[in-house]
Amino acid sequence: MKVLVPVKRVVDYNVKVRVKSDQSGVDVANVKMSMNPFDEIAIEEATRLKEQGAAAEVVAVSCGVAQCQETLRTAMAIGADRAVLVQTDADLQPLAVAKLLKALVDKEQPQLVILGKQAIDDDANQTGQMLAALLGWPQATFASKLVLSDGKATVTREVDGGLETVALKLPAVVTTDLRLNEPRYVTLPNIMKAKKKPLDTLTPDELGVDVAPRLKTLKVSEPPARSAGIQVPDVAALVDKLKNEAKVV
Amino acid sequence: MTTLVIAEHDNAELKGATLNTVTAAAALGADVHVLVAGSGAQAVAGQAAKVAGVSKVLLADAPQLADGLAENLAEQVLALAQGYGHILFPATASGKNVAPRVAARLDVAQISDITAVDAPDTFQRPIYAGNAIATVQSVDAVKVITVRTTAFDAATAEGGSASVETVAPAADSGLSAFVGREVAKNDRPELTAARVVVSGGRGLGSAENFKLLEPLADKLGAAVGASRAAVDAGYAPNDWQVGQTGKIVAPQLYVAVGISGAIQHLAGMKDSKVIVAINKDAEAPIFGVADYGLVADLFQAVPELTAAL
Repeated sequence: MKVLVPVKRVVDYNVKVRVKSDQSGVDVANVKMSMNPFDEIAIEEATRLKEQGAAAEVVAVSCGVAQCQETLRTAMAIGADRAVLVQTDADLQPLAVAKLLKALVDKEQPQLVILGKQAIDDDANQTGQMLAALLGWPQATFASKLVLSDGKATVTREVDGGLETVALKLPAVVTTDLRLNEPRYVTLPNIMKAKKKPLDTLTPDELGVDVAPRLKTLKVSEPPARSAGIQVPDVAALVDKLKNEAKVV
Repeated sequence: MTTLVIAEHDNAELKGATLNTVTAAAALGADVHVLVAGSGAQAVAGQAAKVAGVSKVLLADAPQLADGLAENLAEQVLALAQGYGHILFPATASGKNVAPRVAARLDVAQISDITAVDAPDTFQRPIYAGNAIATVQSVDAVKVITVRTTAFDAATAEGGSASVETVAPAADSGLSAFVGREVAKNDRPELTAARVVVSGGRGLGSAENFKLLEPLADKLGAAVGASRAAVDAGYAPNDWQVGQTGKIVAPQLYVAVGISGAIQHLAGMKDSKVIVAINKDAEAPIFGVADYGLVADLFQAVPELTAAL
């Protein structure tokens, strides 16, 4: 069985982004870029399925600028067998990405698509669910455990207040939460091997997908700043402040 | 055009997140209808009908809607979608699960996690873990939205008198089945609705030490939260996680114990009214957002604070 894993190139999670002074967006020039952390978990999970013999091939996909090739090479260094880049300089919103992925799923015919639950740049948390809807497939979002057997995926999900388990008929879409696995460190030999793995490039036009944005960003601004607080010398002073100044206890 | 709010509930009780979503819906200026999709959920529909500002409740009641399966719930919403200009879900685990399915099938963008309504087609939403606020305008005919519940006050749960209309339930998709649920037993208030939250970080050092927070939380009537680092280290369950990828909270008082204050954590709590930080590292970024910072060994300070309250 084939597993498709979409991955996104995002500003590294350690970088604190700055809003541009003209409020047109955030400044991503000369900022460290990495694979979205949840997508790393997705690639790791697919790789483990292959190592267990449950999957035959893992295909990584990315949609975006030419530099997404680096992200795909990382995916292949973790364990993907090959990669596809849907290359465009357009501003891609989740619905457009879901449509591109649907076109690729129609072409590649995977039984399982594993995605990160959310990208840490736009924080949208939409693409996996949208892809499942467009395909008419079942979905399990926020997965913390995935078991494949008898044409079914049994998935434990992180929900408010605890865990929930659902059984999906394959083919299906799964999105990853943090505790699904701990991605391996990429080793130098695997980075070298990944350079030789096949990476195909397509365009949205070739896939017949209109990627025009549906949301117009009018402006991007700084969040309201918190005014600086004070240091209290000891617990007694803290209790006094909470009782008499903040009046919250 | 009317606005449809999808109720969050457990078939017995309407959840508070619905009330905040109704407030966001009211800000759009149109009539507000609430959909209660569940099984044996008549009581929930009754509660929804009493919420101030709601003019009609739609009740879809059938066994296949009992467990909020995304496939069935999305079909239910789609079956009713015609005639609504806005479809709002609370940005809870359930709302985030279902809303994008509805949006994709309507071929419209979803606007995630809105924190303000500027106009019926223009909304504010945080991006990059809340380090920037985007003002976005939707060009689609229907707006499918998830609402950050901490950004809107709760609508009054009493005083309304909406009619309850029973609608035909959507058929079972047959694609997915509910297997089971492990709900953490917890006498504390719900994290996202609590007036006070006491959160622990990696500074606690172990799951055993994490229990140190409990007497303090008991004293304050607080929910207990955790940083991602503490969850990753196995000190606390994942559904306690406060931050960009966990829960977003905005209580009256947030007490951060042994939390350094990574960007991802601040994203989940910096809208709290009063923030207290206890950390032995005076350079910890958490002190940058704290109203009251105490540089101290938490293993001494927490019991002392518990005793002093």
